[in-house]
Amino acid sequence: MTALRRRTDPDRVVSPVRSTPAAAAWARHAGAVVLPPVVFGVAFIALWQLFVRAADVKPYVLAAPSDIWSAFTEHHGRIIDATIDTGKNALVGLIIGAVIGVLLAALAARFSWFNGMATPLVSALAAVPIVCLAPLFNHMYSLLSSTPRRDVVAIAAFVPIFINTVRGLSQLAPVHRELMESYAASGTAVLIRIRIPNALPHFFTGLRVAASVAVITAVVAEYFGGVKKGLGSRITDNIGSTDYPQAWASILGAVVLGLIFFVVTLTVERLVLGRRAAALA
Amino acid sequence: MNRTLGRLLGRALLAVLGLAVLAGIWEAYKAIAPDDGVKLGGVRVLPRTDDSSMPHLSTVWHAFGRTDLDQTVLHRVFFACVHTLRWASFGFVIGVIVGLLLALLMDRFVVAERAILPLIVLSQTVPLIALAPMVKRWGDGWSIAGLTWQPSTSVAVIAAYLAFFPVAIGMARGLKSPEAVHTDYFRVTGSNWWRTLVRLKLPASVPFLIPALRLGAAAAVVGTIVAEISTGLQGGIGRLIIDYSAAASDDPSKLYASVVGAAVLGLFVAAVITLVDLALWRYRKTGDNA
Amino acid sequence: MSAAAVAETTPAASPAVEVLGADKVFHTRRGEVVALRGIELTVERGEFVSLIGPSGCGKSTLLRLIADLLPASSGTVRVNGKPARQARRDQDYGFAFQQAGLLDWRTVRANVELPLQLHGVGRARRRARAEELLELVGLSDFADHRPQQLSGGMQQRVAIARALAESPTLLLMDEPFGALDEMTRERMQTELVRITGETGAAVVFVTHSIPEAVFLSQRVVVMSPRPGRITQLIDVPLGDRTEATREAPEFYAAITSVREALRGTHGPTAVNDPTAAL
Repeated sequence: MTALRRRTDPDRVVSPVRSTPAAAAWARHAGAVVLPPVVFGVAFIALWQLFVRAADVKPYVLAAPSDIWSAFTEHHGRIIDATIDTGKNALVGLIIGAVIGVLLAALAARFSWFNGMATPLVSALAAVPIVCLAPLFNHMYSLLSSTPRRDVVAIAAFVPIFINTVRGLSQLAPVHRELMESYAASGTAVLIRIRIPNALPHFFTGLRVAASVAVITAVVAEYFGGVKKGLGSRITDNIGSTDYPQAWASILGAVVLGLIFFVVTLTVERLVLGRRAAALA
Repeated sequence: MNRTLGRLLGRALLAVLGLAVLAGIWEAYKAIAPDDGVKLGGVRVLPRTDDSSMPHLSTVWHAFGRTDLDQTVLHRVFFACVHTLRWASFGFVIGVIVGLLLALLMDRFVVAERAILPLIVLSQTVPLIALAPMVKRWGDGWSIAGLTWQPSTSVAVIAAYLAFFPVAIGMARGLKSPEAVHTDYFRVTGSNWWRTLVRLKLPASVPFLIPALRLGAAAAVVGTIVAEISTGLQGGIGRLIIDYSAAASDDPSKLYASVVGAAVLGLFVAAVITLVDLALWRYRKTGDNA
Repeated sequence: MSAAAVAETTPAASPAVEVLGADKVFHTRRGEVVALRGIELTVERGEFVSLIGPSGCGKSTLLRLIADLLPASSGTVRVNGKPARQARRDQDYGFAFQQAGLLDWRTVRANVELPLQLHGVGRARRRARAEELLELVGLSDFADHRPQQLSGGMQQRVAIARALAESPTLLLMDEPFGALDEMTRERMQTELVRITGETGAAVVFVTHSIPEAVFLSQRVVVMSPRPGRITQLIDVPLGDRTEATREAPEFYAAITSVREALRGTHGPTAVNDPTAAL
């Protein structure tokens, strides 16, 4: 509406970007998507504060937003540092796991003997509590290194990415197979033109799972000993010293980190897939 | 029959071959790589290869035979796993029941789905696995109908919390999965919600339920192990791993043995779910691989 | 060399399709299945031929033999005078499938460009050719749409445009209109007649529908199953096909001939047996 008005008003100098109907529609769409959760979130926090105060809920059950905020502002430097540290571990591990996952998935799709060896092993790996490998890696590297955590995250992230990408690369619809055969197309052409574009949505499904797994694994890996730099150790230390509001602040740091990873993954998926991107579950 | 047996043997052989390849890579890396590991820009990216950091696989195997406080390591690892399994199973069963009930509720009442589903999804953004010590505090001293809150209850609650989510979501999807032609048929023959549920939706949801159970079981095991560590519960494999990890500088192979134990526990649980899958063979989706 | 000899050896003289004594046997777990036996078929340049018959008569198998998507168990299959395999390598034909088989991550234009891209045609030429083809099938306005946004009939038109991308002299079509409703089907048939008329390509068209086979073809090849074989070749001399053709008495007469030929495939009693399945 606004855009139309601007367009037909001859006296205004119209900025091409702001006046296009597409831009206005985008802004409206973004508003529709962002506004309700924001409103809901604000209302949620207000109710939370009211509830904790009114019912006199003990801090070890649930701390009030105001207490959490003051704990945060008091220690914000350390909490942010811890969040960054855990975030780095999660990110590095996610990237390594994703790269290895895609490479091995490509190998498995290309060589069925490799698939026969890898798939049962990866399925077994999916059943195993991967985070228990953390003390092993701590011992193999050193107790002062962050690499053990990143390795554990890499393994945990690798599993869903490998499984989903293999599935995507292996699905070749019969009609597409016959079509490419009728073109006398090479295996590489089929891979580039059909298998890979077909597999991208599957890869992103795996990436979304891997992103949330990466954050949780990065936090929990710290419970198994090693360097105490990240959110996991902060949470346990705070609970140990019964500083519950600060513990909740650190937990919120973990939640925010998870959300950031989720949003970034979704954005990358949108950018790459365009209109093919899967709707939010 | 012979062909399926042959195919099964072939796949088992490839899996064993894969394991052998991994073992080979382990030993080969130990033999070839420098003692101090491989460093990239000052940061060690590949581990040290001395016998303490990366024991030979045979050493790990023998570790099970060694004694630890007049019991073999194997004995200790095994019974620690049994304890963890007990708590994890308890939590898993509760999680499955809650998950199934929620899914049924969401199927029966559309309102319930719109109200509950976002909450279910939201529940998993809070890493309860990180909150285990708080859960313990919440429960301490509680008692309902003569049952008091045991230390192991916190652990089971966390396992249940982690397990209920995949089960609820998987079951909800499964209940929605029958094609319109089938649901229409049931409506046309005058079947009520219950009969449609039992005769159509439940059988149709089996292919969705099995992977969900698998995820839930694995989550329950991980949750139990981590919760053991953060609540300080004794007797399980999580605590054993931490204890052996502390003593790792003297005797690293015991640490490896305990981690192997935890891995075997995970595989055992997955095998149980596979048995459930096999038992429900009739409801499998056609065209599935075994 | 004599003129006659030259005429015989020049490729221009060879028929579009020559199938000589072809058999196709499938070896399955339950034994051998003779999908085709002793197929003899010649399709001249520019001729429109339909293959029709009950399920299991091997018509789709025969089409795939011609396309070299399946190897013949014995006998020869020649396209444009070359062995089928060579013809496939040289891309002498275009294939249209029953499901259009469009790639849903590409626009309509990019889908039509696919064979050109695979065979190394430059971007500008590809684009120009795609525009030409979309114009031919009447979908120029939809070049930037995605397949999911198009109806079934439109998707098939894109598939046909794609099949014509490299100006093949032969079109092989496997029940391309099978999934469409009757009205759309009839419209598509008219379109197809126009398109193949303009390009001069020969067509081998597999169908279940008697009116479709009669409307489109100069010759209808009636097949029967167990084992798959050709039982009759019926000429359909209806001249230029227009909407009026569908109401001409000759059209109905031709349909009746084909129908009787199909009924006859079930044995001598079939003509008088009202319960014989078609």
